[in-house]
Amino acid sequence: MTSQNIVQFDGPTILKAENVAVYYGDKQVLRDVMLSVPTHKITALIGPSGSGKSTLLRCFNRMNDLIRGARVEGQVTYHDQDLYDPEVDPVEVRRRIGMVFQKPNPFPKSIYENITWGARINGYRGTMDELVERSLRRAALWDEVKDRLHENALSLSGGQQQRLCIARAIAIEPEVILMDEPASALDPIATLKIEELMHELKENYTILIVTHNMQQAARVSDYTAMMMLTEDRNSATVIEFGKTQAIFTHPRDRRTEDYITGRIG
Amino acid sequence: MPRQHFDEELRKLQEHLIRLAGLVESAIGRSIEALKNQDVDLARQVIADDDTIDASQYAIEEEALTLIATQQPLARDLRAISAVISIASELERMGDYAEGIAEITIRGAKEPLLKPLIDVPRMAEMAQRMLHLALDAYMQQDVEAARKLSQADTEVDGLTSQVQDELLSYMLRDPRNVERAMHLIFVAHNLERIADRATNIGERVVFMVTGEIIDLND
Repeated sequence: MTSQNIVQFDGPTILKAENVAVYYGDKQVLRDVMLSVPTHKITALIGPSGSGKSTLLRCFNRMNDLIRGARVEGQVTYHDQDLYDPEVDPVEVRRRIGMVFQKPNPFPKSIYENITWGARINGYRGTMDELVERSLRRAALWDEVKDRLHENALSLSGGQQQRLCIARAIAIEPEVILMDEPASALDPIATLKIEELMHELKENYTILIVTHNMQQAARVSDYTAMMMLTEDRNSATVIEFGKTQAIFTHPRDRRTEDYITGRIG
Repeated sequence: MPRQHFDEELRKLQEHLIRLAGLVESAIGRSIEALKNQDVDLARQVIADDDTIDASQYAIEEEALTLIATQQPLARDLRAISAVISIASELERMGDYAEGIAEITIRGAKEPLLKPLIDVPRMAEMAQRMLHLALDAYMQQDVEAARKLSQADTEVDGLTSQVQDELLSYMLRDPRNVERAMHLIFVAHNLERIADRATNIGERVVFMVTGEIIDLND
């Protein structure tokens, strides 16, 4: 295969996929995936539609469990702990490894309750007001909503709703945030706000983001993994991994080059 | 899937660069011609034509920036555009060195040449050949050809020291030679710099093709 193009990150890593394969029923969608996610960095998953980016993302917090007929083989580890060990509680996994989706999906409740809901379920013992302020500040939303915390979250703009979802995710103190095209439904200004926020968040969190927007991957990420269908076109894998700067100026794999220069995909 | 519009724009940009290179090659050749024949008119022409070279470099830079701004090129496309910008700037400076040689010709025209020119035209020939080699390497995207510039540059450097030593001995022999010898030392220096910049173009070719930054000038 193309293992010479998978530069294993030699610093601290928090998530690791080794020889991961994913099936939806009889159909294999991912094979031979090797990926180490560097701690406190932003890693982007890029690749054409159907190259398994979202499927791989969902492997890292067992969201594929929720899809009927989905099966994950190989090893996915978090701090060297096998995430698919029968002893591991998937709910606990998702608490430590949060997720933000393509379309903002706040609960149809107040801004305040959106933040406190997850914390309450998880038995948070601190002061809720403090949690709300801290989470909204970290998500760069506090100044915009501090006077309307009890209004319905759906009254916010799309960009604000997405930052609220990020605030909701970080309120339960995860270590990792998975983002599945978090800005694709937002306008350029709201998109830039999310990207600025990501830069701030990586101080405290590790971020793995799926994006179709190449310029966004280039702007926000420290590392990039390129995914692609294998030659038989039956399933997909990671074909190249490296520093974003290197991937976007001189990728090693011809297919990465063709994809990011807009010549295939 | 080809990106026809982008590829077409990139091709135009590269053609523009080659036209600039033609102007610079001509300026270098004519500046040496003017020096050898003490042809002040030709020297003035070289100086006047440098404005065209400068304008062409700015136009190329503007086209290149427009392509970056509107097409968001990445990887080899981005390297190709970055190479155009750098090479255009190298060429523009080479044009300035030719202009410098023309200015020296005008300044020294009142007196006969210090000595019949042998090594200086040889240096000029080598520098021109290097520029030619660099441009060929660029057009063919030929990394091996680009690497050969390093060897040629070493030869030019050797010849430069030889010329400078010889001119120094003229100055030591008779102080009345100093001004004319100094003029030729400047000419040799300018030619040596032209050769250096040809190797810079070679480095850009290597970067454009491989993404690797190397030093051909050590």
